[in-house]
Amino acid sequence: MVGVTAVVGSIDTVRAPAEVRRARILGLVYISLALLVYFVFSVGTDGDVTFRFGESPGDLDWTVSSSLLATVVAVIFGFLGGIQLTRGFGSKTNIILGLAMGVFAFAFLGWAGAGKSIGIVGILVTTVAAATPIAFGALSGVMCERVAVINIGIEGMLLTGAFTGAVVGTVASPFLGVIGATLAGGVMALGLAVLAIRYRVDQIIAGVVINIFALGITSFVSSQVLVENRAALNSPGVLGPIRIPLLADIPVVGRILFQQNIFVYVLYTMVVVLSYLLFRTRWGLRSRSVGEHPKAADTLGINVFRTRYRNVFYGGLIAGFGGAYFTLGSVGAFNENMTAGRGFIGLAAMIFGRWHPVGALAAALVFGFADSLQIRLSILDVGIPSEFLLMAPYLVTIIVVAGVVGAARPPAADGQPYVKE
Amino acid sequence: MTEETTTKETPPPSKRPRWLEVIAPRQVDWVTLLVIPILAVLSALIVGAAVIVFTDGFGAVLPAYSALLRGAFGGWQSISETLLASAPLILAGLAVALGFQAGLFNIGAEGQMTIGGLTAVMVGFSFDGLPLLVHLPLAVIAGLLGGALWGFIPGLLRAKTGAHEVITTIMLNFIAFRTLDYVLKLPFIQKEGRFDPVSKDVLDSATYPSILQWLPIENPGRLRLHLGFFVALAVAWFVYWLLYRSTIGFEFRAVGANPSAAKYGGMGVASTIIFVMAVSGALAGMAGANETLGVVGRGVPGFTAQIGFDAIALALLGRSHPGGVVLASILFGALRAGGRTMQAQSDVGIDLIVVVQALIIVFVAAPELVRAIFRVRGGKKQGQVTRGWSA
Repeated sequence: MVGVTAVVGSIDTVRAPAEVRRARILGLVYISLALLVYFVFSVGTDGDVTFRFGESPGDLDWTVSSSLLATVVAVIFGFLGGIQLTRGFGSKTNIILGLAMGVFAFAFLGWAGAGKSIGIVGILVTTVAAATPIAFGALSGVMCERVAVINIGIEGMLLTGAFTGAVVGTVASPFLGVIGATLAGGVMALGLAVLAIRYRVDQIIAGVVINIFALGITSFVSSQVLVENRAALNSPGVLGPIRIPLLADIPVVGRILFQQNIFVYVLYTMVVVLSYLLFRTRWGLRSRSVGEHPKAADTLGINVFRTRYRNVFYGGLIAGFGGAYFTLGSVGAFNENMTAGRGFIGLAAMIFGRWHPVGALAAALVFGFADSLQIRLSILDVGIPSEFLLMAPYLVTIIVVAGVVGAARPPAADGQPYVKE
Repeated sequence: MTEETTTKETPPPSKRPRWLEVIAPRQVDWVTLLVIPILAVLSALIVGAAVIVFTDGFGAVLPAYSALLRGAFGGWQSISETLLASAPLILAGLAVALGFQAGLFNIGAEGQMTIGGLTAVMVGFSFDGLPLLVHLPLAVIAGLLGGALWGFIPGLLRAKTGAHEVITTIMLNFIAFRTLDYVLKLPFIQKEGRFDPVSKDVLDSATYPSILQWLPIENPGRLRLHLGFFVALAVAWFVYWLLYRSTIGFEFRAVGANPSAAKYGGMGVASTIIFVMAVSGALAGMAGANETLGVVGRGVPGFTAQIGFDAIALALLGRSHPGGVVLASILFGALRAGGRTMQAQSDVGIDLIVVVQALIIVFVAAPELVRAIFRVRGGKKQGQVTRGWSA
């Protein structure tokens, strides 16, 4: 399509007014949230809420009047809205937005849990767990899109990983299950790479193909074979949490970050390693140059096709590993379509995180928090129908993507096949 | 898909008789339109056979495929079932195809169907005493509007904030499913005496009437084909007219082909995006109404039966052209109807159909792959259909 290059080319001139408008919209969002928090959460709410930061009741409690808390939060939001409308936060917009969401959640919890006590630690432990597969999906996306291959197929790669992890994990061992899941994700990614790089299929369509194919094949085999042989093929068990000595003893934080399962620790490591590799090594520079300006990279002797194949494959490995979390790290068995859109949320996290591993992790935590909050609120029974609570992660995703996507700049050649002349 | 203008040479008009030019015009790229899709379907069926060999052994292939064929075209009832299944596929396929024509990828047909089917049911069980001629169109329009609303939201987000429709429509799918679960349990919607999410039954005056009862065969009551199939065909014709014969349709395709040029040509790109998504959602909403008013007769969770996702395959297979979508939908309808017979009469489960359909998309989406396997020459290269995050 001729249009793509033209639009990408003209973006720098079009950007400024769009950014101004976006900042203005975001400012109005802050102001309306301030009004919402004040009139819904503060006015007419009685009673105190107790936030428990410790392991057991009475240990590190913080009791506050729900209505006072909401008023303070409303003032903060009004303040943020004012700044956003007048001068804007520039490059810190996303970080501020993320923090603001956390503050909003506080006010919301204060309102929902008025007269009750809420275990913050429990919520945050679940947040990290729920964020893990989303973060792996997002890292997989970062890996692929840094070399300008859009990966919509993350969902399918997670699902294949979950499936293979369950089967291999039962037949062989959970450890081999993780390895198998990783490789399965890689195989799916090679499929994407061949379609997108060799055959120059529209990358978004190629990714959707991967998703439909993964859903079809895992559901087919699951219903043909797994259902009848559940014990022999689909009961791998769960890899339990591991306590990291010393670090786990840090109050509050230790319980949240360092008593998780192996997937979470691999995630921390991978975020650090990937950030270093992408931005501090020759490999990273070459990868990024292929994503920004493949022709220049090619001229300088970098093999564009090989770099793309390799990085997309690595991205698939990451997603496959993350997929194993669903079966080996959380549920303990494979169910049809068990990823339920987590791959797409990961994609949104990648955009929210500005194509950076650390940003992707932070964004995944925001989505994980929405997920965790939803679970906690359905236990608390706050009078919101469970169906609406279940919508929360998806709603948050839409809001985030609508709020920041235009402000974030993808790799310049993202989504365009490379044709060597 | 959007490059009709780049035909290589104009054929000398005197060489070919006029009637041949009408039946088989030379400008039409037959390789892209017919040869590759047919080869893609063939390849998918062959790979599907390999999957059967893998799970059920070599002997299972022939019984499975012959049951598939029997269930799809073997007799009046099979044909009725095939066309019955193709009606919602046509409508949903058109929804996605319309989006592709404007450079938008609507993966949300499933959610738009869900909401459209739900609003159609709500009108369908209310208003007792209306005649069919009033009540049925009213219910269908309700479905259309419900779907349009669910398509309007991602269109608005895309036009005003740049949020990519691929992500927002998928998220709206999940939100639609939860909304359905919730609404079906509301006291004035839930069927009396039930505690699970099931709506009241659609009244007879809002049900698509069956149309094959006159056939001189034994027990014609089993033929479930209803008026919705012809409604779908009429809508397909309308979409063709809209896209290729109206100014609005020209703007749709112009925005799809080159948004910058469309903008400098004085077209409102943002408003076109919103309008396309709303119309696309409306088509999917009609598909949902077709299911709830014609087949299921009430609202239940999951009544959309993945039709909204098949729609993506249909739009690709039909090359985003309404006529192509109709043909592709009849093929997929045959696969759905035949798949049920295959499940009942052989050892192979109906999920194989999903695998075959996924393979069809792989081959259709990658024409270069088919060209390489079958050594097909000629035809145009496929351009890019969707846009990345920033455009």
